[in-house]
Formats: sequence, C-alpha cells, structure tokens
Amino acid sequence: MFSWYYIEGILIQSCYTLLIVLGLSILTGYTGMFSFGHAGFVCIGAYVSVVCTMAFGLPYWLALLIAGLASMLLGAGLGKITLGLKGDYFCIATLGVGEAIRLIFNNLQLSWTARGKVFLLDGAKGIASIPLYTTFGKALLIVAVFLTATALLMNSKHGRSMLAVREDELAAQMSGINTFRSKMLAMCMSALYAGIAGGMLAHYFGYLQPKMFLMTKSTEYTIMVIFGGMGSITGSVLGTVLLCALPELLRAVGDWRLVFYGLAVIIIMIVRPKGLMGGKELPVGKIIRAIGGLFAGKKKDLPPPDSGTDPGEEAQV
Amino acid sequence: MDAQYYLQQLVNGICLGGMYALMSVGYSLVYSIMNFSNFAHGGVIMVGAYVGFFALTALHVPFLVAFLLCGLGSGLLAIIIERLVYSPLRKRHAPSLYFIISAMGASIFLENFVIATIDGTPRNYPTIFSNSINIGGLSLGVDSLLMIIVSAVSLLILMFIIQKTKIGLAIRACSYNEKAGTLMGINSSLVIFVVFLMGGILAGFAGMLYGMRFIVKPTIGQVTNKSFVAAVFGGLGSLPGAIVGSLLLGIMEIFVASINSNLRDLFVYALLILVLVIKPSGLMGKVVEDKA
Repeated sequence: MFSWYYIEGILIQSCYTLLIVLGLSILTGYTGMFSFGHAGFVCIGAYVSVVCTMAFGLPYWLALLIAGLASMLLGAGLGKITLGLKGDYFCIATLGVGEAIRLIFNNLQLSWTARGKVFLLDGAKGIASIPLYTTFGKALLIVAVFLTATALLMNSKHGRSMLAVREDELAAQMSGINTFRSKMLAMCMSALYAGIAGGMLAHYFGYLQPKMFLMTKSTEYTIMVIFGGMGSITGSVLGTVLLCALPELLRAVGDWRLVFYGLAVIIIMIVRPKGLMGGKELPVGKIIRAIGGLFAGKKKDLPPPDSGTDPGEEAQV
Repeated sequence: MDAQYYLQQLVNGICLGGMYALMSVGYSLVYSIMNFSNFAHGGVIMVGAYVGFFALTALHVPFLVAFLLCGLGSGLLAIIIERLVYSPLRKRHAPSLYFIISAMGASIFLENFVIATIDGTPRNYPTIFSNSINIGGLSLGVDSLLMIIVSAVSLLILMFIIQKTKIGLAIRACSYNEKAGTLMGINSSLVIFVVFLMGGILAGFAGMLYGMRFIVKPTIGQVTNKSFVAAVFGGLGSLPGAIVGSLLLGIMEIFVASINSNLRDLFVYALLILVLVIKPSGLMGKVVEDKA
C-alpha cells in the first residue's frame, strides 16, 4: 500500500522531530521552562549545516556537529541574558528570538562561489538543491545516541537538579542547587539537539525556506512534549511517534490535524496535565526481559518482578 | 514637503498604534489579573475579523451592525474560552505554565478550526470607505480616521470603566492582589468574566478594523503577536502602558517600514528582546516578584 520510500520519509521525519522533542523535553519537561522559539534553533542548525556542506564542502557528520554547536552557542547567549527573567518573560523572550532568527534569514542575501559552484542563499526563497545526505540509518543512529545521552543526563545529578528547578526554583536554590547553571545546561543541551536536528532536516528535504520555521512549529514541538508527559523520555518518544507519524499515515485528516492538536492540549491540561506517561518512564528493561522470557520458552519461569523501583525508572514527581 | 511626509507617516503610525492598542489591552487586562499571557487572544481577534467579514458579505448588514456583531462575537468567544479552558485550571490553582500551554492550545485550535471549516485563503473586506479627506495637505482616508476614532473612543470608555465604576475598582483591586480582593468581598470570578468580556469586545473591534485595512486570514494571529510585543513594551499588566506602548510601537514600526519595509517585523521582535534585556517590566509595568 505504501512504498518504502514514503515510509522511510515518515521515519526520517519522526527521527529528527524526536531529536528536537527530546531537547525540548529537557528544557520544558524537566526544567519547566517554556520555549516558544525552538523552531529558531532548528532554523539556525539547518542553515549552518547547509552552509558547511554546500559552501565549504565539509562532511555530513562534521556539518551536523558544527550546526549543533552554533545553535548551542546561540542558546547559551540567549540563556545568559534571559534566564534571570521571571515567569512569562522567559517564554516571551524565546518567542522574540525565534521569530527574529526566522526574519533575519528571511532578509539575508548571500552568494558566493565555492569549489566552482555558486552557493546562493536568497532570503525568503531560501536554498535549493541541498544534497540529500540524511538516510534512515544515519537518522536512527543519531537519535539512538542522543536518546542514551538524554537518559544518562536525566539520571545524573544534573538531571535531578533540573527536576528540582522545575518543581520549585526557590526551594531548589535553598537546597544549594545552582539553579542558573541547571537552567543554562538545559538551555544549551536543548539548543544543541535542535541544531543537529535542523541539519538532519535540511539534508532530508533538500531545500530550505525560512517559512519552514514558523512559530507554529515551535508550539507543535512543545505539544508533543506535553502530550507525551513532561519529565519523561519514553513519554516524549511516544508523543512524537503518535503526533508525528500517525497523522502522516492518516493523511485524510489533513487540516483537522492541528485542530485535534489544539483540542488535545486543552483537554490534557484539564484532565491529565502530566501527559500520557505522567512523568514516569515505560519500564523498557522489564519489557525486554519479558519478551526475552517469552522467546526462551517454558523451560524456566520469568524472573520475579522487582519489588521496589527499577534502576532505570524515573523518580515519580 | 518633507515635514508633510513625516506628518503623514506619523498619522499612519498612530492609526496602526491605535489598532495595536485595542488588541494589547486585552493581553494586559488578563495579565494584570491572572498573571499569564493569554495567547488565545490572537484567535479571538481573528474570529472577530471573520465575524465582520461574513456579516458584511453574507448577511449584508450595515457597517455599524457588523461592527457591533464583531464585538459581540469576540466577547462571547473570549468568555467561552475562559469558562471552558481557564476556569477548570483556575479552580485547581494550576501553575501559570499550564495556563500558557492551554492558551497556546486554544490559539492553535481556533486558527486551524477556521482553516478546516472555512479555508486558509486570505479574503478582502468589501470596500466601505474609499474616499479620503484632505486636511492641510494631509490625505487621510476615512477608514484611517475611523480607526483612530474607534480606538480612541473605545479606549476612553475602557479607561472610564476601570477608573470610575465599581467593577473597575474591583478589577484594580484584583490586579494588585487577587487573594486580598477576594477576602474583601470581591467576586473574583465576576471580575475575570468582565475582564475577558471587555478584552474580547475590543479584540472584535480590532479584528474588524484590521480586516478592513488589510486582509482577513486565519493567521492574523501573527500580527496580534506584535500587539503582544506592544503590551510587553508598555509593561505587561499595565493598561496605560499597553496603550502608550502600542502607539509608540505603531509609530516606530511605520517609520522603520518607510526606511526598509522588509525590516519592520524584525524591528518589532528585536525591540522585544531589547526591552526584555534592559527592562523586562516595560515602560510602566508592575514588577513581578517570584513568591514562594
């Protein structure tokens, strides 16, 4: 029914969206800071990576890395000046920055000859004929690496500090947590993820236009985090897969997709503000063991279920 | 000639600023009571513009009736949003993050609901006022004049309600301290109801003015973001701040546009970042302290 080419496209899109959502999950889900401008970071990453591969002829991996670092640098700069702001003002600042980045690229005209080819960055028309380096294998590999990294980060001291900041910043500060540093770390990591995902996006679509990074995109990413459950990595994965891949397969819903998004957010906030996973993780370890036990046949019984918490399981908040 | 050009731009700026003011007082009123940025307000404005459009083109009502319908429609919508979306959160004393997320959800819902049910194509209002008046060499379109008059009159009425009536006193009290106001016997639900109603009505007016001057489309919300910037610039939560901020932003935007029209949006958002870095409380805003 569906060709592999089509399915692969959806999978790649899910992969880089997942990477963005993971980053946003660190910022919003774990640290409780709301970003309205994440598409801006994706935008920076996309453009930087394309300049790297097309104008300077750098390899794909290096371009992604540079894209991530550029985005992270911007995130650090933004964090430095806005993390002291209280309440809504941080999210307003991200809104301003996200839109400003898009508008800068909307007005930016660049053109130079590199390696015998003319590289043209033409404002709102964007960049065309970008080499399609992003394959499903590469995308999956990157996402797997970053999933592991996120899980490790969140179970570390830094991750716990972020959770503390989200729950009560004042109390966290009183307990000796450097809240500014925690927030800064979350901001940088989140921007890094978004930048790399931007590079993947650019080399998947083959063209770039500033209007691909509208504010609606930012809010869509945030919705995925909320839908999956704030403060849960498997929740973010679930949210992304459900909200990214499913509507692609059900193209018939078309325009109603975002109507459903908006409605879902409102209902989730009223009925179950913790999202699908409610700040918990799917017990991946247990599931794998259970499946392993099934395949091992009836020779031996399943290992007794752990009393107490799984080491990989997130502390309930 | 030169002075006249600048005067003309100034009038255009005041026109735009007046419209921003109608929108931004809605943001500011809600922020002053409930301490969150009501991003659904953009959707309310957009729906107002559509109500006006269909009242004029499908129902063929006179302009004034269409105008009042806009206010009514948007006011109703704002109240419905408050009742269905914010009220349950308010009863649970949810953190303000949840309010912003819900507001965003409501705004996405409204925008895409209009795209899905009507369609996404921009529409032009029928021309109502095409003639223009010449005042001392200044050419002033009747629609621009109307914009200025409508903005000024509605804002004056709003200020009168806030400053001179009993409910206005209650609103001011709640904006200082909602809990203390409730203890003094103020019905805070009623205050919130009135605040959303007034913000909604003005949003409807603004939507219609915007549609008449520019165009009606589901993504008007991106323009209303600029009025939100104006509210931040003037100081979130301060009504005079929102009005002054809007006028200044409108005038500055027009002058930037007269230098390079591509830079007008960029200028607005750059100004937003600058304000947040230098003085987050804006020109006249109240300072928000993080209370434990």
